Amino acid sequence: MHKFANPTQFMRIANAIFPWAAGLTVILFLVGLPIALVTSPADYQQGETVRIFYLHVPAAYMGVMVYAIIAVNSAAYLIWRHPMANLVARASAPVGAVFTALCLICGMLWGQPMWGTFWAWDARLTSTLIMFFIYLGYMALGDAFEDPERGDRAAAILALVGSINLPIIKFSVEWWNTLHQPSITSMQGFSVDGSMLTPLFLMMGAYTTFYISVLILRLRGELLAAKIRNARMSQVAISPAAQLAE
Amino acid sequence: MAMTRKRRRLYFVMLALLGLGAGTALVLTAFQDNIVFFFSPTEIASQQLTPERRIRVGGLVEQGSVVKNGENVTFAITDMNKSLKIQYQGLLPDLFREGQGIVAEGRMGTDGVFTAHEVLAKHDENYMPREVADALKKSGQWHEPTAKNGAPTTTTEPVPTTAQ
Amino acid sequence: MVDAFLQYLDMGGYAAFVWPAYGLSAAGLIGILVLTLRTLKARQKEFDALKALRRGDSERN
Repeated sequence: MHKFANPTQFMRIANAIFPWAAGLTVILFLVGLPIALVTSPADYQQGETVRIFYLHVPAAYMGVMVYAIIAVNSAAYLIWRHPMANLVARASAPVGAVFTALCLICGMLWGQPMWGTFWAWDARLTSTLIMFFIYLGYMALGDAFEDPERGDRAAAILALVGSINLPIIKFSVEWWNTLHQPSITSMQGFSVDGSMLTPLFLMMGAYTTFYISVLILRLRGELLAAKIRNARMSQVAISPAAQLAE
Repeated sequence: MAMTRKRRRLYFVMLALLGLGAGTALVLTAFQDNIVFFFSPTEIASQQLTPERRIRVGGLVEQGSVVKNGENVTFAITDMNKSLKIQYQGLLPDLFREGQGIVAEGRMGTDGVFTAHEVLAKHDENYMPREVADALKKSGQWHEPTAKNGAPTTTTEPVPTTAQ
Repeated sequence: MVDAFLQYLDMGGYAAFVWPAYGLSAAGLIGILVLTLRTLKARQKEFDALKALRRGDSERN
């Protein structure tokens, strides 16, 4: 595990994965979208609105998964000071925030015709909205400090504190009665017909590989930013007059 | 030396998370009544509710209880133990039908009838095409519902009661 | 043919919910991808410029 803490090693693997992840994303969307939008059947109760399910659930899943990745990497950064763990966490946050926003938006567009309301302050919806705000706070806090390392550390602590929310989101529909329906997964398997599970899994796969692809691109950007910072710093060290002239 | 510092940080993070988790669990348990989205008819019957208080009740719409009179609807919801009569004026959500789980927001009347200002439909976690649902019903493998998830109650076709 | 297509677009009367969900999801995913690529390109340019500058510096020294 500590081997991956080395950015050069890490990026060598990441760059090797990138074309596969990107290619798989395109393929999964090309196969999944027509099934989700056209060939899969309408639901016996919800009719055609079930097609929103194929966007809402993958977005919700990725919103939570990406947060979990941020939390684990934040812990690794705080405990072992792995620079790469910090970069993975920071680079993941905007993507996770987009997934969470899409989960909420698609959920509202689904709730209006089925429940009769865009929004209800039940435990599942509220805890998911809180996660979205924690994402925003995490991104803002990380950039709020003059010293980037202090920003990284403050953001990592916020991410860990916010991880308490993850089990609440997951189990909210079991611990309290909610407007939101219970999970489609249980000990007995999935409560979804096979003809609807296929597009669901394809879209979940597409969202996952999309995240991996964008994460690698963002990591390249983060490493470039670090190199730029270093280059600037060494430049200043060589000629302090250059900085004054700027 | 460096090793022990990392160890110490690891323990500190684990301890902090444990404390935070325990604290959150305590708070959530204390506010249990405020976090639940609705009360069941049984819970309503066991409480003395003032008519001024706006509350939400939830349960399955009882078979044959829906009476529509223009915009006015009366129906009863049940949690398989107690039932509660509800009157409502307005548009019902598309999923509203007998046997369906619903949540109504409004006030309890002194006559024991609940006056709803808003009716929301719950849907369950089962997704399937109509043919599969029909086949399940025919073969008698239709899952019995629980009041909590608001699944369909009957082995007969749910009767749509919405306007369109 | 056209009727069947129009009927499909109607999404059983739920077009106003299904299509915005797909449109906004596409916008969100494409948006974050474009933003990422744009930042990456800008940083690459900045880094290349810095490198060229440093090369110039070291040649002068």
